[in-house]
Amino acid sequence: MAAEAIVFVFRLFVAGQSERSQAAEANLRALCDDHLAGRYKLEVIDTVQRPDLAEVERILATPMVVRLAPLPPRRVIGDLSHHRRAAAALGIPIPGDPPSERTTP
Amino acid sequence: MSDAQSIERTPTGINGFDQVALGGLPAGRSTLVTGSTGSGKTVFAVEFLARGVTQFDDPAVFVTFEETPADIRRNSATLGFAIEQWEAADKWAFVDASESIAEEAVVVGTYDFGALAARIDHAVRQVGAKRVSIDSLDAIFTRYPDNSVVRHQLFRLAATLEPLGVTSLLTAERTSEYDGVSRYGVEEFAVDNVVTLRNVLVDGNRRRTVEVVKFRGCPHRTGEWLFTIDPQDGVVVIPLAFLTPREHAATTRVSSGNAELDEMCGGGWYQDAIVLLTGPTGAGKTLTSLQFAAAGAAGGERCLLYSFDENREQLVRNAAGWGIDLDALQTSGLVSVICDYPEVASLEDHFLRVRRAIEEFTPVRLVIDTLSSLERIATPPALLDFVLALAGVLRHYEITALLTSATAGRTTPTIATEIASLADVTIILRYVEQAGEIARAIAVLQTRGSAHDPSVRRVTIDADGLHISDRWSHVALDPTEPTLTWTASSRQPPR
Repeated sequence: MAAEAIVFVFRLFVAGQSERSQAAEANLRALCDDHLAGRYKLEVIDTVQRPDLAEVERILATPMVVRLAPLPPRRVIGDLSHHRRAAAALGIPIPGDPPSERTTP
Repeated sequence: MSDAQSIERTPTGINGFDQVALGGLPAGRSTLVTGSTGSGKTVFAVEFLARGVTQFDDPAVFVTFEETPADIRRNSATLGFAIEQWEAADKWAFVDASESIAEEAVVVGTYDFGALAARIDHAVRQVGAKRVSIDSLDAIFTRYPDNSVVRHQLFRLAATLEPLGVTSLLTAERTSEYDGVSRYGVEEFAVDNVVTLRNVLVDGNRRRTVEVVKFRGCPHRTGEWLFTIDPQDGVVVIPLAFLTPREHAATTRVSSGNAELDEMCGGGWYQDAIVLLTGPTGAGKTLTSLQFAAAGAAGGERCLLYSFDENREQLVRNAAGWGIDLDALQTSGLVSVICDYPEVASLEDHFLRVRRAIEEFTPVRLVIDTLSSLERIATPPALLDFVLALAGVLRHYEITALLTSATAGRTTPTIATEIASLADVTIILRYVEQAGEIARAIAVLQTRGSAHDPSVRRVTIDADGLHISDRWSHVALDPTEPTLTWTASSRQPPR
């Protein structure tokens, strides 16, 4: 399937090594490992270390994950503690959760 | 706190505000500025930083949630603030947190404003900022769900400003002028210092006021103070900006332009006197004003003649009728005539116009004919503020001023009395009804620091001007009498 070849690129912005930052990273990695194994890239940026990058991306709230690919870009704020909602917001396909173009009977 | 006395202030540099705040905003702390839409919050926030850069060499960071930096740069340029140059010189930095549709995000789980705090921290260190403005907090509430979460996060954000050692100003919107404090209850985290800006309609007139609601541990003036947003000067708080105590009192006397009136006032008016002349229409106020101006010009003194009643042509024609060549006086450069209708501007703006005219023309004498015309655009308390502010300017420059006022105005006796109490000399003109004839009379009610003639005298007006003749007995004198005429009768006033 063509969809299998799509590579997801994520950039996760956090603020310091807080519990929330760690939770967000762990949740996102778990989601990707479970559903995008081998076809995702994840870069974590600490805005406390790199405020200039936060400035360029105009980020206020953290944690924030930006899906850079596939296009269009998507932004999700929060620690992603609700996996199913996080997956839907980031467009990560989850088995048993049919894509929106198909309708469930 | 026991060391309340030691709280330092950061002067805002905003025209007149520091006098109300008794020195400025509490240094190193956050002050919340609340106000309804259009009350001037953003201008205030920008000016706090811009005056800091220009007057105190304090670098600044502006955090904007609402307008884009481009908008702020453009709007501020009209006030003469070269923000772009300051940015290039590392005196000013923006943290752009304005909304962008492309950056809309879904919220899943808990979050904080850690990235924003990091950006502010970065900008503050980058320029070495002493001042930070955040405008406006409300914009952020509409972008994120759950107000209580946003409020809590903003509280934490404000807390991160304190260790940075900056004096910060945060703005928030109010939904009504006199109830509550702000729309989203943000004062919960900035309870220490609150300033409120208001923009209310009073009797059909816009009235802007500023009030220091509280400065914890710091003294400040109370109540609402009038202010205006001037296209050149920005925020100008009236009247305290200009109300400075008189440093010394003049001993030199100047002529009113009428020898008999000089005599009645004990030998002319003191050079720094503010003279209030009241009287009904046609009693001779404008004539007295013109004679005062002409006398100044004759002595080589510059006189600014401000008319709120008549246009230039009317004034020139009337002057000619009394033997005064106003055109020639203007040509000589010693007399400057400004005719303005009260309705063309707000009272605060009129004040700024008069002040600017004084600063540009540098007169020794000033006439305002008639002050009471301004009642058409202002409430009596506002008019009193105007006179207070004007008195400050006049005393600063030691200008002899003649202010005229019509007696039939709607000014309440109390306000009239208060204005009169500011004047150094109070003179009244009245009509006198006598044996089938209407005559005019004049009396000097008070001359501060000098003796005066307390008698009521007859006034005649002819082609040579106004003449004061002998004492007129049997005229009942009641300065608070609101009617236009006194009656010369056999009934003697109870004395």
